[in-house]
Amino acid sequence: MRREPVLRVVGKLLIPYMLVFALYVQFHGDFGPGGGFQAGVITAASIIFYALIFGLPAARRAVPEALVEAMVALGAFLYVAVGFAGLALGGNYLDYFVLHPNPVEGQHRGIFWVEVGVLVTVSGVMLKIFYVFAGRGRES
Amino acid sequence: MMAATVIAIIAQRNLFSVVVLAGVYSFLMATVLVALDAVDVAMTEASVGAGISTVLLLGALYLCGGEEAKPMARPWLPLAVTLVIVGALVYGTLGLPAFSDPMAPIHTHVVPRYLGQALAETGVPNVVTAVLASYRGYDTLGETVVVFTAGIGVIALLRRARRGKEKGK
Repeated sequence: MRREPVLRVVGKLLIPYMLVFALYVQFHGDFGPGGGFQAGVITAASIIFYALIFGLPAARRAVPEALVEAMVALGAFLYVAVGFAGLALGGNYLDYFVLHPNPVEGQHRGIFWVEVGVLVTVSGVMLKIFYVFAGRGRES
Repeated sequence: MMAATVIAIIAQRNLFSVVVLAGVYSFLMATVLVALDAVDVAMTEASVGAGISTVLLLGALYLCGGEEAKPMARPWLPLAVTLVIVGALVYGTLGLPAFSDPMAPIHTHVVPRYLGQALAETGVPNVVTAVLASYRGYDTLGETVVVFTAGIGVIALLRRARRGKEKGK
């Protein structure tokens, strides 16, 4: 598929928009449909799209495997850390009201960081599974 | 249309068309969810069901070939088990409140508070996000950990296979 000019051009045009759309779904999740999970899947899908068109090695160069594995753990860690931040500031575990002097603002902050954690873990896991599956046939 | 897709999936012997039809099924399911006003769930269904899992299944097909194997035995026992379970589930739905019944327990327990107070308490206009990340934060933490565990499991299983192969050489 590396020689297909139409696919390469369309892919190059579309992938930035897919990533921006994922960010829109992520940060607009407060107001419209969406959130960390959907945004993570869309991010992973855009990189998988890149891998399908430009080949797996190119995708591995753009998004190295070590980074993906770190993302898997980092997202879950971030979520747990938000919980402990609430604990450290004198609230209950995963209590967002204490994260900011204004409780509503604190809720906003808590939800934001929790959703970032979900995004990072979900996109990391999806990408890792794809890398592992796609890489298997080639190595053996 | 969904029923037709399912019958086509069962009748197909070529696994490639089965994967594509499963993607079609997911998109139809997503439209049903949009019709039920569950836009968040519809989005997840479309992106996970029709997008990622189709790609992963195609990757698996690339590894294991495209034709379904002939079944080894006649499937009468599994068929009987399935029918019993279907009967039990249908019997169970008889006990549920009628569809869109305003006095159903789900509408009288915590939902009015979520719908009424979510905007004032969290400042988030999308109630789904407010419930998911704030009121039910523990559940979402659990889900994230489940996804994390799945990723770790895949890494552990497939990495070890690779290392074993290298030793075999």
